[in-house]
Amino acid sequence: MSVTDGSQSGETTAASSREPLIEVRDLIKHFPITQGIIVQRQIGAVKAVDGVSFDVLRGETLGIVGETGCGKSTTARLIVRLLDPTSGEIRYEGEDIASRKGDQLKRLHRDMQMVFQDPYSSLNPRRRVGSIIAEPYIIHGMYTGEGERKRRVQELMDRVGLNPEHYNRYPHEFSGGQRQRIGVARAIALEPKVLVADEPVSALDVSIQAQVLNLLRELQREMGLTLIFIAHDLSVVRHMCDRVAVMYLGKIVEMAESDVLYSAPRHPYTGALLSAVPVPDPSGGERKRQLLTGDVPSPANPPRACRFHTRCPKAQTICSEEEPLLEAKPGGAIAACHFPLTDEEVATRLPAALTQGRRNGQPVNAPGPAA
Amino acid sequence: MSEAASQPLFSVEDLRVEFHTDDGVVHAVDGISYSVDAGKTIGIVGESGSGKSVSSLTALGLTRSPRAKIQGRIMFDGRDLVSLSDDEMRRIRGKDLAMIFQDPLSSLHPFYKVGAQLMEAVLTHRNVSKSAARNRAIELLELVGIPDPKRRVDAYPHEFSGGMRQRAMIAMALANEPKMLIADEPTTALDVTVQAQILQLLEDLQDRLGMAIVIITHDLGVVAEMADDIAVMYAGRIVERASTEDIFGSPQHPYTWGLLQSIPRLDTLRGEELTPISGRPPSLINRPSGCYFHPRCPYVQEPHKRIDPPLEGLPDTPAHRVACLLQPEIRQQIWRGLQNGEPPAALKPLASASTVSTSRAAAGKVGE
Repeated sequence: MSVTDGSQSGETTAASSREPLIEVRDLIKHFPITQGIIVQRQIGAVKAVDGVSFDVLRGETLGIVGETGCGKSTTARLIVRLLDPTSGEIRYEGEDIASRKGDQLKRLHRDMQMVFQDPYSSLNPRRRVGSIIAEPYIIHGMYTGEGERKRRVQELMDRVGLNPEHYNRYPHEFSGGQRQRIGVARAIALEPKVLVADEPVSALDVSIQAQVLNLLRELQREMGLTLIFIAHDLSVVRHMCDRVAVMYLGKIVEMAESDVLYSAPRHPYTGALLSAVPVPDPSGGERKRQLLTGDVPSPANPPRACRFHTRCPKAQTICSEEEPLLEAKPGGAIAACHFPLTDEEVATRLPAALTQGRRNGQPVNAPGPAA
Repeated sequence: MSEAASQPLFSVEDLRVEFHTDDGVVHAVDGISYSVDAGKTIGIVGESGSGKSVSSLTALGLTRSPRAKIQGRIMFDGRDLVSLSDDEMRRIRGKDLAMIFQDPLSSLHPFYKVGAQLMEAVLTHRNVSKSAARNRAIELLELVGIPDPKRRVDAYPHEFSGGMRQRAMIAMALANEPKMLIADEPTTALDVTVQAQILQLLEDLQDRLGMAIVIITHDLGVVAEMADDIAVMYAGRIVERASTEDIFGSPQHPYTWGLLQSIPRLDTLRGEELTPISGRPPSLINRPSGCYFHPRCPYVQEPHKRIDPPLEGLPDTPAHRVACLLQPEIRQQIWRGLQNGEPPAALKPLASASTVSTSRAAAGKVGE
């Protein structure tokens, strides 16, 4: 069952009526675990991504959240094809890109670029900023004239809020936030259609995070970018994204419009994640914390059937016997759960402000996707 | 716990820490004062380079070096930690005063079993047999909620997950039932679900053992849930200090506003633009003149570039202290505007309305 069917029959909004730009079907990535020095035998596999299907709509921001090791970064890297999928389909503008190689892959990367998490290790310390940002032009043979290329790079620097005069500086001369801007400039150099940002602000100071988030939003508006935004910080994802997919141990457990997901989560895991976020408001502390016990199980040996059943407060026998399908749930969007949360359960676990807007019927303002 | 009931368990008085480097003198901590009572929690909030970690490392005597100059007093249980010898410090550290560090992977020794590292903490301060220390280690692992502690005591750190390592670190810090615990970004490296577990654990342990806790973090959500009082640090100084309710209810310093406005929150409407603090934190070698925050402050006025504001109590709530040259009424007006979603630029106070009174100006000079 594909995710699109569910989202269209569920909460229908402007976003879901738009055409998909990227379609992912049954995507699987297993990393082999091997034993032996000369003759290597495979003794198992880390099931980093284990059968995910979703669409990315043109011009939207899709968020992927989850804990460490849930496969969110692997999914991102598979889409950009920095990794080869074990099986499954990735269609970009209707064409399967899952097995592209060589020149064809290079052509794909003109349309899809990535911003990495760590602004320190993702920039070559021995290269000047100008040449780091110009690298995509060298690879793709664009702006071959020296002066022309420099002018173009300086335009980019100006666009992301860096001083173009710093063209000849080295990465160590910049602060974390500025380095992340360099990474963004490099990613938008080819004017891609899709930008995949993998935890772009988690290494930055709080006051700097907002600068980079605002920059990404601004660029998205100006360039009509489709943004895939990976983060573990649920507040940041809510701020940035139109739709959000929640991953747990290599699977999507819930996917919904941001406003629906945050006000009416249906999967107990989503509920637990939201319940765990500390809210900077000491007066609003009247909620029952739903604490998950234990750690995420190993993706090399995930639990049978519903992977969350070992930590789930609502688990029953069926959860360890039959895998729940990702399907539309009443009052929410699509979730893979036999016993989805009810509105009453949500109300006791989440920060009051999240659910209130919905209950009072106020328009919880979603940024218009048409913009 | 301390001999005089009126005296706080731990108090930092006008602490200054300078490091002499090849590039110049780094003024890491520049005259900060705060205190915490037994059973209470104070949160210290600030960005990287604001001096929040240095101040607590100094309390543990971990910044001592020929190139560091430490002034001021750190009173703990009636003794001044700054003036203690290294040997005396060693007897307190890990016993009455313990610390949890940010990164549990690099704070645990990869070569030794978790149990051996816990036993070391016990054996250093207590004259007990090895088997008694081992039993204590198992007890501690159980206390911090590690399943199957009898087996886990013989595990190596790499066999633990991130959350379990942080629990082991907490177990180590609690080995000798300290009177005070300093937690430096205890949950920054952890996932939200694990973070919630660890914070809950710290609160439970505090209730049980009556420790005072200093929690250092950049996450305003964490302090809102944990702390009784909050000190906001900027460029080596405390710019605002008050009860948690006051910091979130009526914040006074433009930097605190900036922090509150620049984070997306789960409890506000979605789609609002974030208001970042422009610029970046200053160098602690060449600090700005006047108010250290003035180059990034949207409400800066000419005199603020010259006058260094002292940390003063508010007229009606003296316990709420703030170092800002704007007048309290103006600040109230700006904060109300910010909450209504007006951009900071639109709220620039009129020059006439906020002229710095002469007495405040004089106080500023004296403060320097």
